[in-house]
Amino acid sequence: MIRVVLPANLCTLARVEGEVTIAVASPVSQRTLLDALEARYPMLEGTIRDHGTKKRRAFLRYFACERDLSIEPPDAELPPAVLEGKEPFMVVGAIAGG
Amino acid sequence: MSRVRVLAGTRKGAFILESDGKRNTWKISGPHFAGWEIYHLKGSPLDPNRIYASQSSSWFGQVVQRSSDGGKTWEAVGNKFAYDGVPGTHQWYDGTPHPWEFKRVWHFEPSLTDPDTVYAGVEDAAMFKSTDGGQTWAELSGLRGHGTGPHWAPGAGGMCLHTILLDPKDPKRMFIAISAAGAFRTDDGGATWKPINQGLRSQHIPDPTAEVGHCVHRIALHKSKPKTLFMQKHWDVMRTDDAGDSWREISGDLPTDFGFVIDVHAHEPETVYVIPIKSDSEHYVPDGKLRVYRSKVGGNEWEPLAKGLPQENCYVNILRDAMAVDTLDQCGVYFGTTGGQLYASADAGDSWTAIARDLPAVLSVEVQTLP
Repeated sequence: MIRVVLPANLCTLARVEGEVTIAVASPVSQRTLLDALEARYPMLEGTIRDHGTKKRRAFLRYFACERDLSIEPPDAELPPAVLEGKEPFMVVGAIAGG
Repeated sequence: MSRVRVLAGTRKGAFILESDGKRNTWKISGPHFAGWEIYHLKGSPLDPNRIYASQSSSWFGQVVQRSSDGGKTWEAVGNKFAYDGVPGTHQWYDGTPHPWEFKRVWHFEPSLTDPDTVYAGVEDAAMFKSTDGGQTWAELSGLRGHGTGPHWAPGAGGMCLHTILLDPKDPKRMFIAISAAGAFRTDDGGATWKPINQGLRSQHIPDPTAEVGHCVHRIALHKSKPKTLFMQKHWDVMRTDDAGDSWREISGDLPTDFGFVIDVHAHEPETVYVIPIKSDSEHYVPDGKLRVYRSKVGGNEWEPLAKGLPQENCYVNILRDAMAVDTLDQCGVYFGTTGGQLYASADAGDSWTAIARDLPAVLSVEVQTLP
């Protein structure tokens, strides 16, 4: 099971609290993980990735294992610690102050 | 006794206010969708418990919410707004071609005949239609495709389709308005469209009498006279009596003819409301005084309505979708400000009360008159 941490606004939209866990068939990449996430929570479609292009929305980033995975190829396998459930895959909103 | 439900969209969520027909005391619920921009909410005239809400954010894009119980609970429905075919380009601020890109829904207009049919006006300007209660959306691409689309350009707030008016006497006729393209009309249910901007003058465009390019801020009609439209343009308050084929100015004695909102009394088709705004750069009410202006003769002669509104040190704006009227015998008028105040008048504008004072900046106001 893959652990996923969502921004607070998307937790509210998906009606979840804290981390969610998703079963994803190997190989597990950003694309297959987010496909599985959107299949389980259809209301998240279009909120993390563009509906048509499936590109990451501009003000969101992906992190795991203290690494920024945002510009990794979408089909690259996620780090072993994420695959083993030791570390979460985090969707993080860009910080805006004021 | 009838009840009134006010739907307020703000920069940080939606708020729903309810009162009985006296409109003296109000119960407020919200924020719904806290932290998200709610550009607009609107209920079906056939099923008032069916409400559509546009929820958006620069981070997470567009979400469409639908309620079937008057706003107590909500469900996310379809949010895929794909332009029909190859989107093409419109003009960018510098005049260069720029690809059409969906950004958000500015306005929902539920059908007058079917609670599952709803229209959406979006940025970049286009009109979408759903016939399944918002689950799926299809573009009415005859609007962008009628020929002038490549010449449309964004206003400062983006290139938004912000106004949709359904003709209550002719189900095939609709009017829409776009900043900064102008007003358009369809007479065949949205298949084909024509610009209806003859008579508009806009000094900011190279040809001030051009067919398109006018920054129309809002149009309004009375259901008994749908060929008469009232328009608040970037500058000028305008009127047509032939469904937009020709317009004439009715700014008359207004202190300034810039503004965003315009609306019509529920029972008096010649009684019109505007809120003049100081521009071009300030975009707040003149002289620190918040005043609604009312014409009872269809324009040109306007009276200021200030009772109950702040008359010193007030520097708020009232955005284009932030005024509405109820249909009680004594028509109620409502508007919201960028300062987070919601004002209501239960006597057609003669006096005003703040029914909410410290909301986030108000983007839109709609009113439902309930049995």
